[in-house]
Amino acid sequence: MAAIAGNPAPAKVAGLPADPRPLRIALIGNPNSGKTSLFNQLTGLNQKVGNFPGVTVDRKTGVAQLTPTQRAEIIDLPGTYSLYPKSLDEKVITDLLYDKAADNYPDFVVVTVDANNLRRSLLLFTQLGDLGLPAVLALNMMDVAERHGVNIDLPALERELGVPIIPMNARKGIGVAALKIVMAQRLDAPPVRFWAPDERLLPLVRQIRHRFDLHNDYLALHYAQQYRQIRFLSAEEKAHIQELTQQAGFEATAAQAAETIARYARINDILLETVTVVRTEKREPVSNRIDRVLTHRVGGYAIFLAILFLLFQAIFAWAQYPMDWIDQGISGLSAVIQANFSGPLVRLLTEGVLAGLGGVLVFIPQIALLFGFLAVLEETGYMARVTFLMDKLMRPFGLSGKSVVPLISGLACAVPAIMGARTIESWKDRMITIFVTPLMSCSARIPVYTVLVALVVPDRAAWGLFNLRGVALMALYLLGLFSALGSAWALKKLLKARERSYFIMEFPVYQWPRWKNVALTIYQKVSAFVLQAGRVIIAISVLLWVLASYGPGQQQATAEAHVRQAATARGWDADETSRQVASARLETSYAGKFGHVLEPAIRPLGYDWKIGIALLTSFAAREVFVGTISTIYSVGQDADMGTLQEKLSAEKDAAGQPFFTPARAFSLLVFYVFAMQCMSTLAVTYRETKSWKWPLAQLVYMTGLAYAAAFVVYQVLA
Amino acid sequence: MLPAGPGRRSVRDLRVGEAGTVCCLEDPEMALKLLEMGCVPGVQVRLSGRAPLGDPLMLVLGDQEYTLSVRASEAATILLKE
Repeated sequence: MAAIAGNPAPAKVAGLPADPRPLRIALIGNPNSGKTSLFNQLTGLNQKVGNFPGVTVDRKTGVAQLTPTQRAEIIDLPGTYSLYPKSLDEKVITDLLYDKAADNYPDFVVVTVDANNLRRSLLLFTQLGDLGLPAVLALNMMDVAERHGVNIDLPALERELGVPIIPMNARKGIGVAALKIVMAQRLDAPPVRFWAPDERLLPLVRQIRHRFDLHNDYLALHYAQQYRQIRFLSAEEKAHIQELTQQAGFEATAAQAAETIARYARINDILLETVTVVRTEKREPVSNRIDRVLTHRVGGYAIFLAILFLLFQAIFAWAQYPMDWIDQGISGLSAVIQANFSGPLVRLLTEGVLAGLGGVLVFIPQIALLFGFLAVLEETGYMARVTFLMDKLMRPFGLSGKSVVPLISGLACAVPAIMGARTIESWKDRMITIFVTPLMSCSARIPVYTVLVALVVPDRAAWGLFNLRGVALMALYLLGLFSALGSAWALKKLLKARERSYFIMEFPVYQWPRWKNVALTIYQKVSAFVLQAGRVIIAISVLLWVLASYGPGQQQATAEAHVRQAATARGWDADETSRQVASARLETSYAGKFGHVLEPAIRPLGYDWKIGIALLTSFAAREVFVGTISTIYSVGQDADMGTLQEKLSAEKDAAGQPFFTPARAFSLLVFYVFAMQCMSTLAVTYRETKSWKWPLAQLVYMTGLAYAAAFVVYQVLA
Repeated sequence: MLPAGPGRRSVRDLRVGEAGTVCCLEDPEMALKLLEMGCVPGVQVRLSGRAPLGDPLMLVLGDQEYTLSVRASEAATILLKE
C-alpha cells in the first residue's frame, strides 16, 4: 500500500469507464511463490476446476470481485521459471501468451514473486515485461523476507521495473485489498525494456515479426525459438520459420543461454540498487534443519512409511464411523419408505435410486480423508522431499523421483495424476509414468475393497497393534504399487529413449498447511465425486433396477409359476417361497440374461452371472460395482434386510453355503486391483499422449493382467 | 558454456557443507534449465546434503536463498571456479 501511495505508479494507470466485458487477468509466477494462495484469496469459492470423470481442464479459472461493481476473470497458470517451456505443463502458458488475437488473451498479468527469491523470480518477470504485457507485481512472503533481513526499497524497485508493486502476504490475505484496487484499473504496457535481441539476431527477428505481423521483437524471437511447439501455427508457417532460422544460422540453445545470463546480469544491477540483505540470524534456516531429519538415510524412509501407514489406517479405520452412519441412515430411510408405501415406483425409489445413492454417499469420508492427506503433504512441501528420497529407488524401474507424485496422487484418482505427469520433462519417463499410474489403487477402488474385505477378513487386531482389515487393505495397495513398478520396469526395456531425463527441482520451504486451501481441495474433490461420478452411478443403478426387475416376454411369469408349483409340492414356508420366486425372476430378467451370457467366461475366476452384471456395469467406472451389487442383491430381498454388508453375507450358493467365500472375494479383489475399468482414465491418457496406442495398450494389458491374476487366486484358494 | 578440460572440479566433487562458485555449465541442454533456476556463472553453490542413497544432491544457491535438488550426474556438469 505504502509503495503505491508514496509514489506515482510508473505504469500509466488510466481509470476507464466500466467495460461490458469483464477484465481477464492471468496469474503467473514461479512454483512455490504463493500463486495458489493468492488465487484462492481472490476468487474464494468462485472457481472452476474439473478433473474428475469426463472433464479435464488445463487451467483453473475463477471470478474475483475487484470493486463492488467490477468483476474480473482470473486465470491461474501453472508455476514456471521462464517463458521457455521445459515441460508440457508450462506450454499452457506460452499457448496463452503468444497469441494476442486469441479471445482469452489476458488484459494483463499479475506476477507473483517470492520476496526471498527476488533474483530468480524476476527472470520470468523481465521476460513478461519484454513481451509487452501489462503487469502488476505481487511481492509475496514479505513477512518471511523481513524476518530474514531482506530489505527492499519498494519505490526504487517500482521505478526500475516500471510496474506497480504490491507487497503482500497471500497466506494471510495481507495486501489482497490493495492488489484488487490496482487490478481494477486498465494498465498500459510497461515502459521499461530489460533485454533486447542483439544486432546479429535482429534481421531474423524482424523477418519473423514482419511475416506474422507481431507487435514486438521479443515475441518474434520466441517464435524463432519455439515455432515447433506453437499450437496455432500451420505446418506451412512452421516450415517458413524453420527456413528463416536456418538461413540466419540461428542457434536456439546458445541464444537462450546467452539471454538468460544477460537477464540475470541486468537483474543483479537492479537488485544492487534496491535490495539490501542483513542476515541477522547466523543459524541455518529452519527448513534445512527439518530436512536433516526428514531426508535422513534411515529416518527419512521410516517417516515416509509411517506417513503412508497412517494414511491407510485413516482411510480404513477412522473413516468407518461416519461411513456406518451414512450407511445406516440410507437403509433406515429405505425401510421407512417401504414400510409406509408400496408399488413399483416406491420399489424403483428404494431399490434403484436410494441403493445407488447410498453407494455414492458412503464413500465421502474416505475420499475426503485421502484428498485431505495428499493436500497437506503437498502444502507443507513434504512431497518435494519424497521425490528427492525416491529418485534413486525409482530409476531402475524407468521412473524418476518426479513420478512419485503422480503415483501417489494415483491413490486418489488416476485422472489428475496422469495430468500431473506433465511436470516430468523426459518423454520416456513421462510415458512410463502415465502407463503405470492407473495400477495404483485409486479412491474409486476403495468402495470395492471396503465391501469385500469387510466380508471375508475378520475385524480384529493383528499382532496386538494393527487392525487386520487395515493390513489387508494395505496389502491390496502394495499389490497395486508393485505391479506398477514391475510394469514400469518391463516398459523401460521396451521403449527407446530419445532424450535424457533430468531432475532439477527447487525445494519449497517447509510451511504449515493453509487449512483453507486443504478444505477447498477436499470440497472440490468430494463435490466432483458426488456430482459427476454420482450421477453416472445413480443413472446406472436405475437402469439396472429396470433391467433386473423386468424380463423378455412371459419368461418371468412362467418361471414364477414353476417355483410356486415346486413350493406347494415341497411345502416351503412363505419366506422361502418369496426368496425362491425373487431369485427365479431375477435370473429370467434382462440383467440376468446379460449375466448368463458372460458367465462361461468368468466362471474360472469363481464368479456367477450376478457378479457378471456388476463387472459389465463397472467397466465404464469401477465405483459402480458397489451400487450395482447393492441394487442386484436388493431386488426381491426383504425390505428390512439392512446394509449391503448384511445382504452380501446372506447370499447363498446352490448348496446353501455363503456365496462369498474367501476365494471368491479375493479373486474379485485382485481383479479390481488390476483391471482397467475407467473411461475417464482412458480418455485422459489419450489426451495426454495424443495417441490411441497408449490407452488401448493400458486397457488390454491391465484387463489381461486382472483376468490372469484373478484366475490364479481363485484356483489356488478354492 | 565453454567445454572445460578434464580434471576441473564440479559440484559433484564438493563435500557436504563445502561451497564453491559456479564457473560454467558443461552441458548445453541441461544448462538452459540450470540457468533458469538461477544456477548462473558467478553464483555461490553449497552442497548441503545428499539423498540417503547418495543421489540426488541438495544444493543451496546464493546467500541462503533457496535449495535445489539435482542428480549427481547433473551436478557433474556444473563446473567450479578454481
